[in-house]
Order: sequence, then C-alpha cells, then structure tokens
Amino acid sequence: MIFDYTVIWENLPLYISGVGVTLKILLISLACGLALAIPLGLMRVSKSPLVNFPAWLYTYVIRGTPMLVQLFLIYYGLAQFEAVRESVLWPYFSSATFCACLAFAINTSAYSAEILAGSLKATPHGEIEAAKAMGMSRFKLYRRILLPSALRRALPQYSNEVIMMLHTTSLASIVTLIDITGAARTVSSQYYLPFEAFITAGLFYLCLTFILVRLFKLAERRWLAYLAPRKA
Amino acid sequence: MLNGYGSTILDGAWLTLILALTSMAVAIVLGLLGAAFRLSPIKWLALLGETYATVIRGIPDLVLILLIFYGGQDMVNRLAPMLGYDDYIDINPFIAGVFTMGFIFGAYLSETFRGAFMAIPKGQAEAGAAYGMNGMQVFFRILVPQMIRFAIPGFTNNWLVLTKATALISVVGLQDMMFKAKSAADATREPFTFYLAVAALYLVLTSVSLLALRYLEKRYSVGIKAADL
Repeated sequence: MIFDYTVIWENLPLYISGVGVTLKILLISLACGLALAIPLGLMRVSKSPLVNFPAWLYTYVIRGTPMLVQLFLIYYGLAQFEAVRESVLWPYFSSATFCACLAFAINTSAYSAEILAGSLKATPHGEIEAAKAMGMSRFKLYRRILLPSALRRALPQYSNEVIMMLHTTSLASIVTLIDITGAARTVSSQYYLPFEAFITAGLFYLCLTFILVRLFKLAERRWLAYLAPRKA
Repeated sequence: MLNGYGSTILDGAWLTLILALTSMAVAIVLGLLGAAFRLSPIKWLALLGETYATVIRGIPDLVLILLIFYGGQDMVNRLAPMLGYDDYIDINPFIAGVFTMGFIFGAYLSETFRGAFMAIPKGQAEAGAAYGMNGMQVFFRILVPQMIRFAIPGFTNNWLVLTKATALISVVGLQDMMFKAKSAADATREPFTFYLAVAALYLVLTSVSLLALRYLEKRYSVGIKAADL
C-alpha cells in the first residue's frame, strides 16, 4: 500500500483546530479590512485629487506587491526599529496572530476598496438625481442611496475576494501559526508523509470554499433578488 | 547598495522574472487545453476540464505548492522502486516551481479563455466551417486570434497574480529574490530594508506589466469601435 491514512486519521483533531485558527484569522481580517475599505472606496470615487490620490496610491502599492512580502515586512521587518521594539505596541507586533491579521486586513482593504469604488461608480444616474431632487444632503445621499445599493451590487465580486482571502490565510503557516496549512506542515514533517498531509489540507480548503460559495449564493438571493433574471 | 547585497537580490529578481515567464508559458498551454476541454461537446472531456478548474481554484496556492513540491517528490520516490529504480530522485526546484505555477494558473487561465471564446459571435465559427475548415483550423485560425482581445483584461489580472505568487516558491527553497532577501535580512539583521527593496522591485515588475499589457490591449482592439457611453 503506497498511501498511509492512519496517521492523518489520528491527527484529525490537529486539522480541526487548524480550521478554527483559519476561520478566526479570516473573520478578523475581513471585518477590519471591510471597515477600512468603506472610507477608502469613498475616497477613490472622489473628484478631488487631494482625496483620491492617497487612496489610489495605497491600493496601487498594496495590490502591486505580494502578500508574502507585506506579511514579512510587518512580522519580521518592524522589529528592525528600536522605536517599535520599545513602544507599548511591541507585545502586539511580536505576536504572529496579530501581525498576520493586520497584514491580511491591510491587503483585503485595498482590494475591497477597489471593488466598492467600481460598484459606486456603476450606480445608475437616475438614483442619484432622484435623491438630489428629494433635497437630500450629500451625507444622506451616501448613507441612504449610494452605499446600500453599491454594497449590495458589490456582493458577487466581494465573494471572490473572500475566497481569495481564505486562500491567503494559508500564508499564516509561514509565520508559525498552526492553521490548516500549519497542521499539514506539522504532520508532514513529523511523520514524513507530505502527500497525504497536504492532500488532506487541500480537501479542508475545498470544503470551506464550497461552503463560502453556497453562503454567498444565499446572500445574493436575499439581497440581490431584485437584480436576478426574471423567471419565465 | 544595500550593504553589498544589491546584486544578489537583482540576480534573484532575474530568476523571479524567468520563473514567472516560463510558468506563464506552461499555464497558457494548459489554459487553452482546459478551455477547449470545457467547451467540448464530449461530456467526459468537459467534466475533466471542469474538475481541473474547480479543484485547483478551490485550494490555496501555497498548499498546492507544498503538495506538488514535497508530496510530488515523495510520490516519485515511493513509485520509482516499484519500477526498479533505486536511487533517490531529487527534483530541481526551478522545474518543479515552473510546473507547479503553470499547473495552478492553467486552471485560472482556462476560466479566462473560456469566457473569451464564448464572447466570440457564433457566426464566426460557422463561417469558418462553411469555408470547409476542419475543427482544428477553425479553432486556431478563427477563434484563437479573436479570443485574444477578449482575454487580455482577464489575462492581465492572471499575470499579475502569478507574478506575485512566485514569491511563494521561495518557501520551498528556490533562490528567487524573496529567498535572497530573506538570507540578506538574516545576515544583516535589517529585514525591513530588504523586504522593502523586494516590495519595490515587485511594484516595478507589476507596473511595467500593466503598461505593456495596456498597450497590447490597444493593439488588439485596433479597428474595433468602442461604444460611447
């Protein structure tokens, strides 16, 4: 027999706790990333270059460099500076979980901001004109008309981003965290069974991906029902 | 420059570029095959193409890299003795990297190419058939040249993701610029400086790619009337 799955079976609890770590990192970074993305996305649709340019530069630089480099800059890089090592924030910056969440949140905020900006720009003219005709202030226009409809219409693209982020969290294993990939790396090096260990990790990710796709389908049915093709 | 590590990092950058380009060549071949399979009227071929695209796109790149690199090496060495070959087989990390990246991004490209093929009006292929061309001729003479224009925006995206994903190959020991930067950072204890330099080099690479592909898109859209909104 060339495959040995008894070891994988015995180490299943390690994988399950890895799923927990993966989901925890994913949820924290998505929540922080989205909170950052909304102001950034609004800046990206501004006509004033003073507001638009910083947001453009931020998303351009983040989207133009690899996630791994960003993660290393934060986790290993910041320790180079004495000011960081002696600051009150050092306990945070020396924690792999914090650095991973921070790096992933920054990364996803750039991509989500671009998605949101695209969706804001695609708002039908009539909706904005109607809001203005009703005498809404700019703030009210954004809060009641632009953001709710843009966030909904961004849902299909955002679901892609969420799945990309799920896959990105596997990089956490490089900075010593035991997520799904980390569990597979542990099993692989302890028993020297790389093939079985990583195939198992792949299956876990595949299941999580399918579940996420399913959840977003449900969300779209709930919030984008008015855009669905009419049933014959 | 960079405490004398500048030139090693540039060597690494060159390797990164070569790795990205060769992987893309492999990915284009696999992507075209995948798209042709998925659009094929033969059921099992379509299913095969569909499975390839879905499974690969559902698993993180890093896991696939570790699986193919370590798992693949392990499998080869478990299978080789059965074929009467007893020496330990060591796979070259560059070749393994190229095939791993090619295999992963072939799946993404098959999706891009499939969409682009479907955007070509049906009449084009029918006209080709009416001229007496066989399936292969219609595919390579009529469909592929027109597909390129529709595929460029998606292709640009795939290429940028691939370039950035090459950084992951350093994890399995290929001496690309990420790997070189890590060694330099460990030796000098100045990780921020070196990772920042690598980030800048990647930014140059992605910016140049964006400009070049935008030019290409213009070239392939010559003679196409854009609708004014």
